Amino acid sequence: MKKDYAAYTTRKKLIILLLMAATLAVALYAIARGSMNFSISEVVLALIGQGDPTSHAVVRNIRLPRVLAGILAGAGLSVAGCVMQNNLRNPLASPFTLGLSHAAAFGATFAIVVLGVGTIQNSSTDAVIINNPYLVTTSAFIWVMVATVTILILAKFRGVSPEAMVLAGIALGSLFTAGTTIIQYFTPDVQVAATIFWTFGDLGRASWKEVWIMAAVVVLVLIYFLFKRWDYNALDSGEETAKGLGVNVERVRMAGMFTAALTVAVLTSFLGIIGFVGLVGPHMMRRIIGGDHRFLIPASALCGSLLLLASDTVARTIVSPVVLPVGAITSFMGAPLFLYLLTRGYQKR
Amino acid sequence: MILDIKGLAFNYPGRSVLQDINFRVEKGDFLAILGTNGVGKTTMLKCINRILKPCEGVVLVENEDVYKLSRIDLAKRIGYVSQRQETPCYTVFDAVLLGRKPYIKWDVSDQDIEITNQVMELLELTDYSLRYLDELSGGELQKVVIARALAQEPDVLLFDEPTSSLDLKNQFEVLKLINKVVKSKQVAAIVTMHDLNLAVRFAEKFLMLKDGAIFAAGGLEVITPANVESVYSIPVSVEQFGGVPVVLPI
Ligand SMILES: Nc1ncnc2c1ncn2[C@@H]1O[C@H](COP(=O)(O)OP(=O)(O)OP(=O)(O)O)[C@@H](O)[C@H]1O
Ligand SMILES: [Mg+2]
Repeated sequence: MKKDYAAYTTRKKLIILLLMAATLAVALYAIARGSMNFSISEVVLALIGQGDPTSHAVVRNIRLPRVLAGILAGAGLSVAGCVMQNNLRNPLASPFTLGLSHAAAFGATFAIVVLGVGTIQNSSTDAVIINNPYLVTTSAFIWVMVATVTILILAKFRGVSPEAMVLAGIALGSLFTAGTTIIQYFTPDVQVAATIFWTFGDLGRASWKEVWIMAAVVVLVLIYFLFKRWDYNALDSGEETAKGLGVNVERVRMAGMFTAALTVAVLTSFLGIIGFVGLVGPHMMRRIIGGDHRFLIPASALCGSLLLLASDTVARTIVSPVVLPVGAITSFMGAPLFLYLLTRGYQKR
Repeated sequence: MILDIKGLAFNYPGRSVLQDINFRVEKGDFLAILGTNGVGKTTMLKCINRILKPCEGVVLVENEDVYKLSRIDLAKRIGYVSQRQETPCYTVFDAVLLGRKPYIKWDVSDQDIEITNQVMELLELTDYSLRYLDELSGGELQKVVIARALAQEPDVLLFDEPTSSLDLKNQFEVLKLINKVVKSKQVAAIVTMHDLNLAVRFAEKFLMLKDGAIFAAGGLEVITPANVESVYSIPVSVEQFGGVPVVLPI
């Protein structure tokens, strides 16, 4: 029996290792492919600081930050969705359904139009220029945190139940969308284009500086969530049982939701809106690896990374040199896979 | 004395549920709580375990105020099995292992695994180890949550109708087991029950609730036809049958 249990956990660890290997493979492929194609050995040489200067520059300065941004954002969004779903005990919880993405879009629109930092220029590749990206990023971040704090205050002081928080999030999201629409309605077309362009998430917006910030946030958050994995497991058995097992349910929930939302705020304000990963990544893994957060948290993170990285690679290579919006490709690739997993049900053994 | 409850009172908004509850539980006690549906048995257990906050009164466990302990310290002293269960997608082993939650810092220790295995053997759950909770029958699930509470190794065990979906054999075995644990580890169990015959067979102390207050408390001597009739409004007779008391409705 003990052996059976060991085999059972080994299987889960193997899945995680497989996901890691797959992410690494896709990452290498993604670095190699683009307007200039390299072989894997050239990529490896460039990564360790050898090889010719051109490949070195392209790999180190353009491809690598983009790939890392994909890995980090996928992991962060997916794991944030995973914790939100657990904390609110609602399978529909995600950055999107909680209105956080809409809040980010509103924040960006607000900065571009009201604070007037966006214009348009007539070049074919990069039609929209945002003069002051820091202001847009800051504004998006602030509005996501406003949405987060509003939801948490409703929960803490107005007694909105965790199950109802997703409903509150949807209401808040539509409020922000209405705000965005009103601003856009009174805005000249060029600026509207800039605001819409911002909402199409794009991994290419990340330079090394953003990558470092995202890396710090995502790694710390992952460690924090892993630290709380037993609390999240207990919470799955119901609030009362969790309290009986020594979990300070309200505090764990507030901290978990705040941390998850903060991650979303950082990633979204740097990269724009990337939907779907946060909802679907954890659910895919629940079906493959089970609900145990010891395995679900790392697996969700890796699944998100893999999904977003693969989508971005397709998005920028399929009709190269045009780069398709990564959010759309994520849905195109993820939705059929997810539907398949849904119909297949939970894989128990 | 392991648990001391003084002047406990609880209200839901606009509805008074419990008033002036006082009782003590000693080490090695198996206390049955009896009373009609909706009298407040579940509410009382939740107040003891700080899932609900009473409006008045104190609960002391080993002379420490339950409301001053941290949740995790409380979970090391009091275990709770609720009347209703949820079935997350976990295996039986993981569900029982969760009982070790209050002791887990970063990861489970060998001792945690050892205790989990022992408890699963005690309750004959070993064959179910890798079954998922939502693949169990109601009775099997009930045994799993009882096992989780035992794995928690608290000083006081609170069970809310632990035998309601067990068959005759398992009712006897689970209650016998709880009794044995209580005696051998010198802990206490407080168990709500609806089956008076099971109660008189396994518990030594009884607490009868009526209208949100204690109607009678004590040993087997409180299970009299008069007391039972005024609590349940059903006339009964209490007979001795082969040395075991039986409560018979008449
Ligand atoms: N959340 C709640 N809000 C308001 N009233 C409640 C709530 N939960 C329970 N009650 C009421 O409190 C009273 C006591 O409920 P409790 O669950 O403690 O009864 P019980 O003795 O455990 O009953 P049973 O034998 O049916 O389990 C009941 O009248 C019930 O209707
Ligand atoms: Mg009850």
